[in-house]
Amino acid sequence: MKFKNIAIITAFITAIVLPLIMQASANYYAIHVLGLLGIYAILCVGLNITIGYTGLLDLGFMAFYAIGAYIGIILSAKGISFWYIIPISLFIGGTFRYLLGAPVLRLRGDYLAIVTLAFGEITRLLLNNLDFLTNGPKGLPRVGETVLPISIFSFTLRNDIHFYYLIVFFLALAIIVSYRLEHSRLGRAFVAIREDETAAELSGINVSNTKLLAFVISGMFGSLAGTIYAHWIGFISPESFTFWESIFLVCMLVIGGMGSISGAILGAFILAGIPEFLRPVLGSGFIDYRMLIFGLLLVVVIIFRPQGLLPSKRRNLELRMNKNSE
Amino acid sequence: MFIQQLINGLTLGSIYALIALGYTMVYGVLLMINFAHSEIFMIGAYIGLWALTAIPAFASFTITGFIITFLVVLLFSGLLAVSVEKLAYKPLRQAPRLSPLISAIGVSIVLQNLIMLFVSNQSMPLPEFKTTRYQIFSAEVDTLQIFIFCFSIALMLLLNLFISKTKFGKAMRATAHSHSVSQLMGINSSSMIAMVFFIGGALGGIAGMLNGMYYGSIKYNMGFFPGIKAFTAAVLGGIGNVKGAMLGGFLLGLIETFSAGYISSQNKDVITFCVLILMLVFKPTGILGENVTEKV
Repeated sequence: MKFKNIAIITAFITAIVLPLIMQASANYYAIHVLGLLGIYAILCVGLNITIGYTGLLDLGFMAFYAIGAYIGIILSAKGISFWYIIPISLFIGGTFRYLLGAPVLRLRGDYLAIVTLAFGEITRLLLNNLDFLTNGPKGLPRVGETVLPISIFSFTLRNDIHFYYLIVFFLALAIIVSYRLEHSRLGRAFVAIREDETAAELSGINVSNTKLLAFVISGMFGSLAGTIYAHWIGFISPESFTFWESIFLVCMLVIGGMGSISGAILGAFILAGIPEFLRPVLGSGFIDYRMLIFGLLLVVVIIFRPQGLLPSKRRNLELRMNKNSE
Repeated sequence: MFIQQLINGLTLGSIYALIALGYTMVYGVLLMINFAHSEIFMIGAYIGLWALTAIPAFASFTITGFIITFLVVLLFSGLLAVSVEKLAYKPLRQAPRLSPLISAIGVSIVLQNLIMLFVSNQSMPLPEFKTTRYQIFSAEVDTLQIFIFCFSIALMLLLNLFISKTKFGKAMRATAHSHSVSQLMGINSSSMIAMVFFIGGALGGIAGMLNGMYYGSIKYNMGFFPGIKAFTAAVLGGIGNVKGAMLGGFLLGLIETFSAGYISSQNKDVITFCVLILMLVFKPTGILGENVTEKV
């Protein structure tokens, strides 16, 4: 068996068994952190499609997470089941992503980054100001409203560990979709656009449509994660969706390895997981320093190891070839 | 109301214009968005506060104290910008285009957290600047607003003279035009880049100091919104174009105060961001920008 397969199976078994051990040792906080890690991993796998595969820097990804979360709570408070909300959220998230992407995707890389940043801030400000829909800074649900619990047949999810397994299920789904996408004709078209837009166009790829597709698909991952998060935590407010959260995701991707699924997950684990797990060891004062360390890490990685810690095979080859040709 | 918004808009606009100059000059030379510029702006304000409190005689805003404070701000924020360039951007000169932007985001996180962790995570007051108010029709203007406006205009005129009349300015323009050709003409492009960062950083730092004086307090995250707005101003005027940044700055200041006054003060930032998106979508070259065709 190849090393890669062994690694995947080990990771999968750990993901299933680890929370059971924590549950047995009554370490509930750790399970909560693992759930959050799962959410971040779904976001990273989604964002990886835009940044990693297609090479479009997106600095406002949290906007779509926020849209998914707000749709989740608003519809759930109206008594709609989670399983119906998921497709609705995917559809609305995708539509917003399409409406943003259609006019702006022809912009050059750095301009696009700023436009997505602006859109992220507009979304957050509107969530803050549109009281009738979002209850402003007080957040949702309003007093008297409740979030409908998720049930699978007759089993109702109650504890963190139930939600953890739900998140792992969706994460696995996200990974499979992303993996199949990467190795499809469309995925190769994404990479071709990242490498050279003109050459891709000349090879018969419809660049603007393909970019738009990548943009919309990745936005849907964001809304999915948002809807799950909203059902799990049961409360959301605009504060959770700041610009720095979007940047945090970009840090995860860059440090983990842009364009590689395992890199995206590793990045989520390092940036969101390690500080939380080190909290009991190093004291909570350490948490304050984490952004400083991540910022430094971002600069160091992009200068000395631009392919990230766990690079994709394809990307690694390219970077090495570029070095040889210089 | 109209005149009052006009006065506020011009004051705000002159601060935006000063910051926008830093974005536009760096973009002109390196074609990169210097995302960390908004933190240089923030740190400029902190350097100003430090200079004002370190030397007690300055806190009363005597003329000499004032000049020295501004020189300190100018020098240190310029040097900070140059060292950021040397450490974080220079190694990435040959890298893909998005790498310097990501590196700049990292620098921005680092600078902001340094101030938050080692200086203060609360807003800090600046020594009070005594002002007298004047009445113009139904509007009020104070000495601070007049000072900010005149001081920024003076700095911009100086910069314009420097770029158009001196030998250094000429070398800078040549570098912006083409690194390799200007190098063949005997211009050291990497010292020109350092100079661009110094000037941009110095202006940004002074803008931070002025901003702090205008609002009376400074905070570690004060750079973000003015930074994005100044970038919008640079785009509005035509990025890479120095006069465009000045025009864009004033225009954006006016757009902001008028939309706050006549449309909705709650949504003034939303309007600014919409201006940014619309501008980039419909006329990315800006008002004064030239049409540059994308090179293959």
